[in-house]
Amino acid sequence: MATKNLPFANMDSALHPAGRLSLSRATVTLAVMLVVHGLTKSYAGPRPRAVFAGVDMELAPGDYVAVMGESGSGKSTLLNLIAGLDSADEGSIKLDGTELTALDDDALTALRRKRMGFVFQAFHVLPYLTVAQNVALPLSLLGVAGSEADARVAGMLAGVGLSERGASMPRELSGGELQRVAIARALVHGPQLVLADEPTGNLDAETASQVLSLLREQIKANGAAGILVTHSRVAALTCDRILQLTLAGLRELTLQ
Amino acid sequence: MHKAKVYALQVVLAGSLAQNKARSVLSVLAIALGVALGYAVQLITGAAVNELALGVQFLSGDADLQVRGPRSGFDEAIYPKLARLREVAAASPVVELDAKLADRSDTLKIIGIDVFRAAAVQPGLVADSADRLDHLRSDTLFVSPAAARSLGVDVGGSLSFQVALRAVTLRVAGLATADAHQRFAVTDIAGAQENFDRLGRITRVDLRLKAGVDVDAFRDRLQAELPAGLAVQRPEAGVKASESLSRSYRVNLNILALVALFTGGLLVFSTQALAVVRRRAQFALLRVLGVTRRQLVMWLMAEGALVGIAGSTLGLAGGFFLAQAAVRIIGADFGAGYFRDLAPTLTPAPLPLALFFFLGVVIAMLGSLAPALEAARAPPAPALKAGDDERAFARLRPSWPGLVTIAAGAIASFAPPIAGLPLFGYGAIALLLIGTLMLMPRLAVLMLSIVPTPRGAPSRLALLQLRGAPGQAAVSLAAIVASVSLMVSMAIMVASFRISLDAWLERVLPADVYVRASAAGDTAYMTVDDQARIAALPGVRRAEFLREQQLLLDPSRPRVVLLARTIDAANLTRQLQLVSAQMTPAPGAPPPVWVNEAMVDLYGFVLGSVVEIPIAGKPTAFTVAGVWRDYARPQGAIAIERERYIALTGDRSATNAALWLAPGAAVEQVSRAIDSDIPGGSRLEIAAPGEIREFSLKAFDRTFAVTYALELAAVVIGLFGLSSSFGALVLARRREFGMLRHIGMTRRQIGAMLATEGATVTGIGLVAGFGLGWLISLVLVQVVNRQSFHWGMELSVPWAPLTGSALLVLALSTITALASGRHAMSARAVLAVKEDW
Ligand SMILES: Nc1ncnc2c1ncn2[C@@H]1O[C@H](COP(=O)(O)OP(=O)(O)O)[C@@H](O)[C@H]1O
Ligand SMILES: [Mg+2]
Repeated sequence: MATKNLPFANMDSALHPAGRLSLSRATVTLAVMLVVHGLTKSYAGPRPRAVFAGVDMELAPGDYVAVMGESGSGKSTLLNLIAGLDSADEGSIKLDGTELTALDDDALTALRRKRMGFVFQAFHVLPYLTVAQNVALPLSLLGVAGSEADARVAGMLAGVGLSERGASMPRELSGGELQRVAIARALVHGPQLVLADEPTGNLDAETASQVLSLLREQIKANGAAGILVTHSRVAALTCDRILQLTLAGLRELTLQ
Repeated sequence: MHKAKVYALQVVLAGSLAQNKARSVLSVLAIALGVALGYAVQLITGAAVNELALGVQFLSGDADLQVRGPRSGFDEAIYPKLARLREVAAASPVVELDAKLADRSDTLKIIGIDVFRAAAVQPGLVADSADRLDHLRSDTLFVSPAAARSLGVDVGGSLSFQVALRAVTLRVAGLATADAHQRFAVTDIAGAQENFDRLGRITRVDLRLKAGVDVDAFRDRLQAELPAGLAVQRPEAGVKASESLSRSYRVNLNILALVALFTGGLLVFSTQALAVVRRRAQFALLRVLGVTRRQLVMWLMAEGALVGIAGSTLGLAGGFFLAQAAVRIIGADFGAGYFRDLAPTLTPAPLPLALFFFLGVVIAMLGSLAPALEAARAPPAPALKAGDDERAFARLRPSWPGLVTIAAGAIASFAPPIAGLPLFGYGAIALLLIGTLMLMPRLAVLMLSIVPTPRGAPSRLALLQLRGAPGQAAVSLAAIVASVSLMVSMAIMVASFRISLDAWLERVLPADVYVRASAAGDTAYMTVDDQARIAALPGVRRAEFLREQQLLLDPSRPRVVLLARTIDAANLTRQLQLVSAQMTPAPGAPPPVWVNEAMVDLYGFVLGSVVEIPIAGKPTAFTVAGVWRDYARPQGAIAIERERYIALTGDRSATNAALWLAPGAAVEQVSRAIDSDIPGGSRLEIAAPGEIREFSLKAFDRTFAVTYALELAAVVIGLFGLSSSFGALVLARRREFGMLRHIGMTRRQIGAMLATEGATVTGIGLVAGFGLGWLISLVLVQVVNRQSFHWGMELSVPWAPLTGSALLVLALSTITALASGRHAMSARAVLAVKEDW
């Protein structure tokens, strides 16, 4: 991996006056990890509609960017394409030099399993598994089990402040806590890229800001890159960069 | 109710029925199938019994009382004594017999009457005829229209009957008046006596009493004066007696059909329970909007009623056509041989129609009751949250009610029959079934905790999820547990019966060749000369003869069979399959008889008891020296030494013979010799034991064919239930699959997860169903069969077919689970994970 972790904590938190983040490391970019070029997507059907065209985007290891846009502008669609869950009309998506559009479903699935983590608006924590079992899911899919898995799950739960809740059932948790479980699940297997689609859409403002800080903190702490899809400016401000999605493509906004 | 609220309810509920179209249709079909089976069975057996009663009513005319006795008749000298009694207005002697037709395997009921006497008692039997003297001629008979049709004769034609081994031909002088379905022929009583070797004997006297005579008081007085073996009773009592032979069989069929209906109810329960769980949030919303608990329950019950009404309507129509097809194809007794002479018309009566309609609706509503109550009880707030579904099932969990129900079932199985029916036995089966279903959540938890957690991620996840939500698994299981247990218990019962029957046949058929005078009817027999000729045939080393008679021991029951046969007391077990110890009467004690198991159950003829049996009009004491197994005569049978029988009755005729061949002699050779050397020998039926065995087992399989069909119906309904539950659960979990696909599970892995879930759940259902089925089979064999048909059998489990069916059910349900998953894994569904809940 073309990433090198460096202790740039102070500089990082200086960028984000809102979050007093206790980061132990930050990342410095030596190369580009994700390259999206000329991505065009439209939905077929009785009333075909173009969602976006000519989207370009680059993401370096350790980058944490926000994608903003109005509702219906295609933010989720873009994330689905990057995750290999939907196919583009045109354009290319390269992750670490691998062209995703050329891969078949099994290869894409394996790629997601190893290198990606997901956080959803509606949490999607399995109701009949304990919190710890939910967090362990990606590990179990990767064949990591036993004490190694237990240790990583415990570490993750501690990271998101749920050390005591490992044996709880999801229905005993609040929405904010559920999203923390989801964050732990997204990062437990050490993915390169975390995709979060409106992760605070179902939360109140205060809880949302806590979850956003935690998400950033954990992404950085685990040396991953992240894309946060949101329509909220406040949320977007927790990222390193902000991109605006329009019909014409992605445009970088300058932080005010 | 507030208008807006009603509207909200309608939107939610109608929407759900429409949304679950496939499942609603399945529920309707399951109820329809149960109603159709139940109604068809009721329609057919009801019509047959009704026909039987009408027949007796018609044939006995205006008689107030009937004097009956042994099947072969009694001394006619009793008739003038009865006719002279002060209370009797008119008496009519009757010779009634089933005559064997000479050149076909059929029989025809012959009623010999004295026209002048009959005119006063059974006017309906006296036919119109151009030549009034035909009524008195001994060589004529009047056939009923149905008999004429089925035998293909017309007035002026003739019919040949077998008497002993001779043929007797009678001319058809006219048609007897009778309604469309009764097959019989009327002839002059003297002619009947002469033609059918009944000289000096009659089988019945019908009495019409003078006005004002107390029928029952007179009946009791007369009974006390009648010779042994004769009984006087109202004509209706005869209907009951002939009905009672088939009653247990009919009740058994009805119960089986009800089980199919019950399984349909369980399907409604599973469907509704899962549908309600999935709509918890919607209901909570309604409750928040101000719908009361009662209103919610009523609406959900209305849903069940709707399913029930549709199912019942469909089922009644289907049942009617099913019954018509069944009567045409396999006969009114489903091939069991109880109503061979009847061709009933099926007329839908309002009462059974209403009853089965009601049953279908009630069962469907009961199926929705528990889920409806649960939906109403749920506190609205937590129900609005995901993952709360399992709470809906938590209520089903305490185990004591289930255990108590099972214990009650066990106790009920020890109770005696009621009115000759194993009602407590059926009750025991129902209790065992319901108790087990109540325990299912517990059993599911227990079994899931025993199953080791697999290593592979998909199956591991499947098991973890099932352990987290055992209640849902248990609900989907209700229908499959019920139907599997039914299948298993019936299979064990039928296999036990068949194996025991086979062993019995082997035991009771030790000779090389069996000969009988005819397969049916009372008129064929072998005379002393015939017997001597048969015994002297070349190739015959030894011949034993048997005379079969039918005695009336209890006028409210069918006649019992008396078998007068060569009995070698020293070698008894070679001839009879004894199920008791064998005893020799003490010196001075009455001589021995050996009775079948039914005699013990019905008449209390226990081993060692001294009993009185009316033979030749005289009560004779005997000692019960042994009890034997008998699958042929559930009405009761008594074996007596032939020499003793001859000494008592002077009757040396025989109906059956068993022949042992000389070394080197072949069955065919003896059979040819009988044909050529014995006058009328071609009318004898000759069979090797192998043929009889094969024939009997075929008849057995035919009788149980309808049982298999009902069993299959129950299993199909159970599988429907399972697949519908899976479908519902999978649909409810679409977003879960979407999430799993996101985090890197392949389609195949999700398929494997679903297959594991399906197989595990079904496996639990099979384990529970097999255990319960085995218990139920014990009740069927030891209680239901014993009390219904009075036959004992050894329990044997048909492992191979049962294992095969279990694997088939497992495979089908796994495939079902996979198939439901396919739908849920479409690309659209995967992206659905981004939708709001
Ligand atoms: N499966 C689909 N078929 C047709 N149109 C779709 C589909 N999914 C999304 N769209 C449309 O594409 C546009 C972008 O959707 P989406 O990416 O979900 O927007 P966002 O996440 O920015 O709100 C919307 O107008 C939406 O209606
Ligand atoms: Mg979106």
